[in-house]
Amino acid sequence: MEEFAFAFLNGDILREAWPILWQGFLYTLALAAITVPLGLVGGVVLALLSTSGPRAIRLAAAGWTDLFRAIPPLVLLVFLYAGLPFAGIDVGAWGAVAIGFFLNTGAYYGEVLRAGIESVPRGQMEAARSTGLSRGQALRYVILPQAVRNVLPDLVSNTLEVVKLTSIASVVALPELLFQARQAQNATYNATPIVAAAVAYFLLLWPLVRLISRLENKALAGR
Amino acid sequence: MTSPAPSPSRGAPAPGLGRPIVDARGLWKRYGPLAVLKGVDLSVAERELVFIIGPSGSGKSTLLRCLNRLEEPDDGSIHVDGIELLSPRTDINAARRRIGMVFQSFNLYPHMTARQNVMLALRKVLRQDRAQAEAVAARALERVGLAERMDHFPAQLSGGQQQRVAIARAIALEPRVMLFDEPTSALDPELVGGVLNVMRELRQDGMTMVVVSHEMAFARAAADRVVFMADGEKLEEGPPAQIFGEPRHERTRAFIRQIDRH
Ligand SMILES: Nc1ncnc2c1ncn2[C@@H]1O[C@H](COP(=O)(O)OP(=O)(O)OP(=O)(O)O)[C@@H](O)[C@H]1O
Ligand SMILES: [Mg+2]
Repeated sequence: MEEFAFAFLNGDILREAWPILWQGFLYTLALAAITVPLGLVGGVVLALLSTSGPRAIRLAAAGWTDLFRAIPPLVLLVFLYAGLPFAGIDVGAWGAVAIGFFLNTGAYYGEVLRAGIESVPRGQMEAARSTGLSRGQALRYVILPQAVRNVLPDLVSNTLEVVKLTSIASVVALPELLFQARQAQNATYNATPIVAAAVAYFLLLWPLVRLISRLENKALAGR
Repeated sequence: MTSPAPSPSRGAPAPGLGRPIVDARGLWKRYGPLAVLKGVDLSVAERELVFIIGPSGSGKSTLLRCLNRLEEPDDGSIHVDGIELLSPRTDINAARRRIGMVFQSFNLYPHMTARQNVMLALRKVLRQDRAQAEAVAARALERVGLAERMDHFPAQLSGGQQQRVAIARAIALEPRVMLFDEPTSALDPELVGGVLNVMRELRQDGMTMVVVSHEMAFARAAADRVVFMADGEKLEEGPPAQIFGEPRHERTRAFIRQIDRH
């Protein structure tokens, strides 16, 4: 028992590692603040392309979505960071993370939002257009708000996954929470920093998990 | 346009009334091999109320939806208030402000209150500022008897109230013509009267209207002209007394007998 506490819940180690863990936590927050909006923008664009516009564009958007949902995000990230330089393109760690999450996360958000848009009855677009709104205005003010509301639990759920996924940025040496925890572990020969990182993730994401349950219960009750 | 006289001749579009508000000629619409409209003409004079009746699938909705280009005709021409609706140079969004439409299933925006439903196009199409749009929306909702319900969401309103909000949403833009596609078909019988009353008042205020509906009593009392459609063609038209009293075609007669039985 004592050995367990020494290896995993060591107060001295935690005090020592605290500054770099805190820095890692801030990096993780920054990554989330970048990847979630990027993914959402990509998702909205993909959802709009795959639900309106000419058939060829709809098919292309669907194919694009399939492609980036099928490629493991870690593989994509390593390719962008370590593969592209062989073609003389160096996007750097932040660039690789931004592009990778835009592609991967955008595809997932795109699927969720496409389902949301398709859940809005056709009559909504017709009513909006009959009053003289342009297609874009109808999408923005009438269709998208309803689409988002209809898939809100899935959107939040996806966001939860995205924040968790930011830990893969550790492989391109961005000093986010997991990366820093491993550095601290290696420096101290003790696993407490990893446990601390897990607790930090939990504290960060637990509210989202609660929110998803509440939204899902509400959706069930509304049925 | 200069003749404000109420049309005493309740019949086919009287040539004396000047140019018609709606003038559709030779409309064709096909879905694959199925021809849904086969060269239909429809002309509606200012202040006229034209009723369109006919069996299910005869093309009534398609005809109506061509008149604001929710449906794209394959052939023919449509003029609304002098605008050539099918011309590629026409700004369809600008043209649609002059053409109000009311749908069978109301199609209110569920995430907006009654007033917000009415305000959206006032703000985004007519570019009114908030205060002005609020005032115009309030007036339109008063006109349909819903002053007390302005801040209710559609889900908090009865079907009849929702349909009246939908009418307010359309008339707030001051259209030159209103198109109604079975406005009372989705309503419980006791709620039909309220919607018909609003339509009657619109007519009294001089609104030009094209109505697809099975409300025969309303047609008899309020329509200037009744058009009977069958299989994508206009089979006959005339004043309600003629169409209901002495229809020329056997199909019209059969249809009216069948409707009257309900
Ligand atoms: N988008 C479409 N694709 C294929 N066929 C269609 C489409 N819309 C309408 N139709 C067909 O066109 C015909 C006319 O339809 P329309 O809705 O105009 O009839 P209607 O007279 O309004 O009938 P109802 O009284 O049932 O509303 C029908 O046979 C219908 O199945
Ligand atoms: Mg119809």
